[in-house]
Amino acid sequence: MSDTRSLADIKGDLGAQVQQIMSRYPKSRSAIMPALDLAQQTYGGVDGLTYQAIAELLDVPEIWVFEVASFYTLYDRKEVGRHHIRLCTNLPCMLRGAETLMNHLQQRLGVGHGETTSDGKFTLSAVECLGACEQAPVLMADAQYHGDLTAEKLDALLASLAEQPAEEVS
Amino acid sequence: MNEQVLLKNIDNPNAHRIETYEASGGYQGLRTVLRDFAPDEVIEEVKSANLRGRGGAGFPTGLKWSFVPKDSPLPRYLCCNADEGEPGTFKDRILMERDPHQLIEGMVIAAYAIGCRTAYLYIRGEYGLSIDHCQQAIDEAHALGYLGPNILDSEHSLEIHIHKGAGAYICGEETAMLESIEGRRGLPKLKPPFPAVAGLYDCPTVVNNVETLACLPHLFSRGGEWFASIGPDHSPGPKLFGISGHVKRPGVYELPMGMSLGEMLEEYGGGALNGQFKAAIPGGVSAPMFPRSEFDVKMDFSSLAAAGSMLGSAGVIGLDDTASIPVVARRITEFFNHESCGKCTPCREGLTWAAKILRRIEAGQGQPGDVEQLEMLCGSIFGKSFCALGDGAAWALGAALKHFRPEFDALITPQSKAG
Repeated sequence: MSDTRSLADIKGDLGAQVQQIMSRYPKSRSAIMPALDLAQQTYGGVDGLTYQAIAELLDVPEIWVFEVASFYTLYDRKEVGRHHIRLCTNLPCMLRGAETLMNHLQQRLGVGHGETTSDGKFTLSAVECLGACEQAPVLMADAQYHGDLTAEKLDALLASLAEQPAEEVS
Repeated sequence: MNEQVLLKNIDNPNAHRIETYEASGGYQGLRTVLRDFAPDEVIEEVKSANLRGRGGAGFPTGLKWSFVPKDSPLPRYLCCNADEGEPGTFKDRILMERDPHQLIEGMVIAAYAIGCRTAYLYIRGEYGLSIDHCQQAIDEAHALGYLGPNILDSEHSLEIHIHKGAGAYICGEETAMLESIEGRRGLPKLKPPFPAVAGLYDCPTVVNNVETLACLPHLFSRGGEWFASIGPDHSPGPKLFGISGHVKRPGVYELPMGMSLGEMLEEYGGGALNGQFKAAIPGGVSAPMFPRSEFDVKMDFSSLAAAGSMLGSAGVIGLDDTASIPVVARRITEFFNHESCGKCTPCREGLTWAAKILRRIEAGQGQPGDVEQLEMLCGSIFGKSFCALGDGAAWALGAALKHFRPEFDALITPQSKAG
């Protein structure tokens, strides 16, 4: 989400793919979610300029784009770190120690739920069920699931992520 | 070991590829359907096999399809609900990641039955590998003529598009899911009209769960009678159960319905992680829990409904001696409160209030009357919320209060009573 992008840049970047997405649906409004997803994969998040660009590409009111972006939790409307750690804390994970692991992550990273480390490397979130309860406790690091977690495994994961550039969010 | 049908190829690392699927009999069910069955006969066969929806409600699939008006000039849509998010549930993810052609073939069969040419597969956004493998399966099926125009030289044509969710449990509710595909916030809509009459884009629409659709290829390659012969008459067919929580062997298991909850937890879940089981949730956190004294309840749609709970998404969660039921109830209530879409007052306000009371009880600051207050809230939400989210939340909390009242009372200490 860099400040140097203009509306025309975004429309240019996304235009051809948004056209293709629209062809899957009888109404262009349906393309709002996939277009937001595309924008997030391209720029790492979504913002006001993105909503305007998508609205113009789809020829829908901008508020339609914003109301969708602000309802669904996977769209990042504020800047996130290079890696986003989403730890499941729902019941099956909680029963297998997720709350202790959340405390461990908070201590190691020095941030709370929804916060980003000062070096911009990590954002930490406690999330609802990831649908991988057979591997509880489980987390999602960027697009990748990691299960059967322990404090040691978390430390190893953080170390390896710190070395890596951001992955594509898919 | 009972025969594995849905999970037959699950340990084969290439099970998601079409060559593997075809080599083990894949797409034979579709060939049979297109060769031997008229669309109405497909519906009749599914009705007589008594396939019941695997998403949560257990509604008869053939009956649901039969509600699609025959004379409507509008296009019909099929939407597959792969927005799996009920805590304790992961069976659909495993099907989509490891053997997705069962789902694609099932969608082609269902679309043929209802006369649909465009289908949407709504997969939650977190399921990256499911999305990749389903897209690959769609592309492979296209290349071999199982999708696209004139499937296997028949009159039947179908395109399947994946619509990726973005983190909203409520979109598993069928009308909210349709709103989401239309590009709106996932807010449930009033029924009637039911989707079969006016669903996606106000057109006749069928919404089916992943596992339900994945049963169809097997039902048609081996016949409705074979299907109906598995498990009890009222809840037949192969079934997946996710076992998680305080168990030694968490995982997805394919078992006939009708087994007891206790047997499932002991024989397949491997027993309690610590000591003994105290309680268990039979079908995802919306389903009321059973204390161990009721573990002989049978795990099928009808028996669980009769016992005051539900099979739901068949996500079985074991709770052993180390589990604090007030903490479990707090976590479940916080989940529903977080996922409430905010549309209706009983769910939005009631769950916020209930979560607040449960947090203060857990912190040792409970007050006399708190449990009664929670019971009052359950009564004010259940049956009065707009969709099943509020019902599930109140139902689950109500069971925890009913079976484990002393645990709540013990946390409301004499000291805090005096204060």
